[in-house]
Amino acid sequence: MSARRPERKAPPEMFYNEEEARKYTQNSRIIDIQVQMSERAIELLLLPEDTPCLVLDLGCGSGLSGSVLEEQGHMWVGMDISSSMLAVAKEREVEGDLILSDLGNGIPFRPGTFDGAISISALQWLCNADKSSHDPRKRLYVFFSTLFACLSRSARAVFQFYPENAEQVELITRESTKAGFYGGLLVDYPNSTKAKKYFLVLNTGGPMPLPAALTDASDNSDHVQFTNRRDNYKNMKGKNIKKSRDWIIEKKERRRRQGRNVRPDSKYTARPRSTRF
Amino acid sequence: MLTSRCLKGVVTGYPLGIVAKEIKIQESEFNKDFITRLIPKLDWNVFWSTAKQIGYEGSLTQQIIADYENNENFLKDVHHALVEVDIFEGELICPETNRKFPITDGIPNMLIKDNEL
Repeated sequence: MSARRPERKAPPEMFYNEEEARKYTQNSRIIDIQVQMSERAIELLLLPEDTPCLVLDLGCGSGLSGSVLEEQGHMWVGMDISSSMLAVAKEREVEGDLILSDLGNGIPFRPGTFDGAISISALQWLCNADKSSHDPRKRLYVFFSTLFACLSRSARAVFQFYPENAEQVELITRESTKAGFYGGLLVDYPNSTKAKKYFLVLNTGGPMPLPAALTDASDNSDHVQFTNRRDNYKNMKGKNIKKSRDWIIEKKERRRRQGRNVRPDSKYTARPRSTRF
Repeated sequence: MLTSRCLKGVVTGYPLGIVAKEIKIQESEFNKDFITRLIPKLDWNVFWSTAKQIGYEGSLTQQIIADYENNENFLKDVHHALVEVDIFEGELICPETNRKFPITDGIPNMLIKDNEL
């Protein structure tokens, strides 16, 4: 698992080099997953219907999530730290404006500019200290507080991310509430290892109920499929139940056939002793 | 709408000065609702002077028109200056520290060094 985590390998500006960036335009599986996650994130954003909004895409990469925003008629501005990924985005001729910037240094926009913010698989990068001067806690706080400032006061921010452990989740949610956000973590398909997706849904307006998480219809957790006990009886087809009178008589019979010294059967055979013994 | 707020000691960091070396026009669909919703968020004076500086102010005036919601031509000009004009090569300059942020291929580079934090 840890070997497959790109955050462990190199800082984002190094990891997403030209070769890695190329994957995001050619690998249809990566594209599919990114598009699906973006669609879900935009759904969670609860933007007003039929009104074009200005959305900030944090860690936009090659602009796959931006294209989904375009399809739904919104304008977007993307930020990313990797120039190779942004170059790919330019190549794809996305409509949004792109900015090369480190999220941990803050979001450089005027207050109240955006109607919403999405981020697909970017937040976990902020939990790493790639330079000696980096303090993840501080960087997350700067990130969340500047983001809070540049969102309008009914906006939501939805982050899809891959937390490495429970501490990371706690760190992220704590820093976001410190910055003034309300909201919480939403886990889609919590019972599946692969399809499980973490969404941090934050809103600026005040406490609001979280939308329901998606679950797989087939795995219903309060439905028990089989019991071990019943299976045991099934396996013993044709045999007597152990320690029963029939079982003991059969066993004595077998021993007699072997020529062993066996007590004769009586009405007391296989009766339990009374408690006085 | 960019600021240089993240830099050390910069309080407002707005407006960023613009030096445009190469400008490209990218055609894009005019969306009336979007522009109407965006105008209240703009600092009109800054927007107008920037547009004038790079020479794309069109028929825009220093004072914002009162009933801009219904003035299609005005909205189209705003759309042109705001969305379609793309500075391809140039610089953004912080008004307080004169720190320059280069723009290459239409992407402003807002990366800052550790000692500027």
